[in-house]
Amino acid sequence: MTLVTEVRRPARRAPSRGRERRGGDHGAWFLVLPALIPILVLSVGPLLYGILLAFTDAQSGRTEPTEWIGALNFRDLLRDTLFWESFRIGLVWAVGVTVPQFLLALGLALLLNERLRLRWLARALAIIPWAMPEVVVGIMWRLVYNPDAGVLNETLRDLGLGDGRDWLSGLGTALPAVIVVGVWAGMPQTTVALLAGLQNTPRELHEAAAIDGAGAWRRFWTVTWPALRPVALAITALNFIWNFNAFALVYVLTSGGPGGRTRLPMLFAYEEAFRYGQFGYAAAMGCVMVAVISILLAVFLVGRLKGGDDA
Amino acid sequence: MRASTGARVGQYVALLAYLVFLAFPFLWLISTAFKPPQELGSLHPTWIPENPTLANFRQAFDEQPLLRAALNSLLAATGAAVIAVVIATPMAYVMARHRTRLARAATGWVVVSQAFPFVLVIIPLFLVLKNLRLINSVPGLVMVYVVWALPFALWMLVGYVRAVPAELEEAAAVDGAGRLRTLVSVTAPLLAPGIVATALFAFITAWNEFFFALVLLKTPEKQTLPVILTHFIGAEGVADLGPLAAAAFLATLPSLVVFAVIQRRITGGMLAGAVKS
Repeated sequence: MTLVTEVRRPARRAPSRGRERRGGDHGAWFLVLPALIPILVLSVGPLLYGILLAFTDAQSGRTEPTEWIGALNFRDLLRDTLFWESFRIGLVWAVGVTVPQFLLALGLALLLNERLRLRWLARALAIIPWAMPEVVVGIMWRLVYNPDAGVLNETLRDLGLGDGRDWLSGLGTALPAVIVVGVWAGMPQTTVALLAGLQNTPRELHEAAAIDGAGAWRRFWTVTWPALRPVALAITALNFIWNFNAFALVYVLTSGGPGGRTRLPMLFAYEEAFRYGQFGYAAAMGCVMVAVISILLAVFLVGRLKGGDDA
Repeated sequence: MRASTGARVGQYVALLAYLVFLAFPFLWLISTAFKPPQELGSLHPTWIPENPTLANFRQAFDEQPLLRAALNSLLAATGAAVIAVVIATPMAYVMARHRTRLARAATGWVVVSQAFPFVLVIIPLFLVLKNLRLINSVPGLVMVYVVWALPFALWMLVGYVRAVPAELEEAAAVDGAGRLRTLVSVTAPLLAPGIVATALFAFITAWNEFFFALVLLKTPEKQTLPVILTHFIGAEGVADLGPLAAAAFLATLPSLVVFAVIQRRITGGMLAGAVKS
């Protein structure tokens, strides 16, 4: 593989290549090792260890030795209705955050791509959710949602829309309420990514389309969207994974309550591992989460990319 | 290409709606932080405190070891940022300049590592750090943060390296400069702003991190700011709103300041990484 590419290189570069290449490869290992060792020891290693743990009865603070129990954890997990309920909530949350987040961010990115007056202010404000610790975002929205002293209920009262309610404790309102916070918190990154995609689409194409009499809607579908598609797909897939694996925001907002209505898979696994000490079982949950998410993403990406080829 | 007046008005209305949505929770946080208890207890809260006070800030420091926590956060975030960048920069250089199998594997890892739920990594890490007696210690947390910061540090740095034209390095080589000499005197100076931006970004991410800190740090004198903040929220979820808001506001300021300074570079770096790879 390397040989082939080398032969195909332009002749201009050829003379020093042989020597430089070999020296470069030795140098490359030397340069890579400082990062590679921690990655292997503290990331890849634990990951494999974690997969192994899923097949054991490992528990924290237990004196008997850990035993290999095969697929027992996975069998229990299949029957664990609480886990699948949290899995379902995780999917609802991930889709519920990712989709509106994308649509809102796309709208904002399109606006910011125009020459509007308040553009700088929007860019400055977009920093806030991005730079804030998730814990603070959670605390902040608790203050907004506070049944008595919160701005949301006060605004609703002012508008004559009822007496307000305790959004985060209501069985029906808790999940929508945390989804709103998730959308708010992740919008800036998505906006910036889409804005970058937009700025890579050539302006001339737009102008040509406009001269040909294409309306804004048509221009968007024929010029903007095809160019934006790869960025949009990548950011959507990433957002979906990140959201599905979310923890801090919901931990601070509701701790998974009320009655488990906002108990995302990560919160469930965290409790299982570090409150009840079921390390093996929680590791098995992690494995199932990775597996299902990978399959979902593969289906999503393959489907989308194929669609792109046809178009 | 000129939008009609109607379209323009629509655009401004939409933009204004976005601005309100982005700004109002933060303004409310600030407003709450400066309100005296009786205003917080009132059933009709106002946007602007009628009798603004700093009492919440004093009470926040009295209730929780905020200074200690800020120091822990500072140590963890600085340590993680410096180490991550020092070890990531050479690797990013190799990934950007050599199309070897190693570079491809590293790029793959950067992408794949985004997909794993932390719980699958944290349980084994917890066991490993426990055996090394590094649970409940800031250095143990730094080790975790370094590895956790590496993917995006590599991602950003690869973008910055690619932005340095390889022709410059080749020209230096033609002039007789050795490989190391070229790296130090040609590449490094051009890369420096990107390295600083990456380090600052790693700093913010570590400063804001919660999950690992929650799992690994057990006692208040070792805990970082985000973990200490959750102590303001009582077991039953009843919180002292004033001090809670004050402490949350203070914990955000460093990230906001740093982020405001480097925001352009971050987005630029991520884009370079995303577009060119």
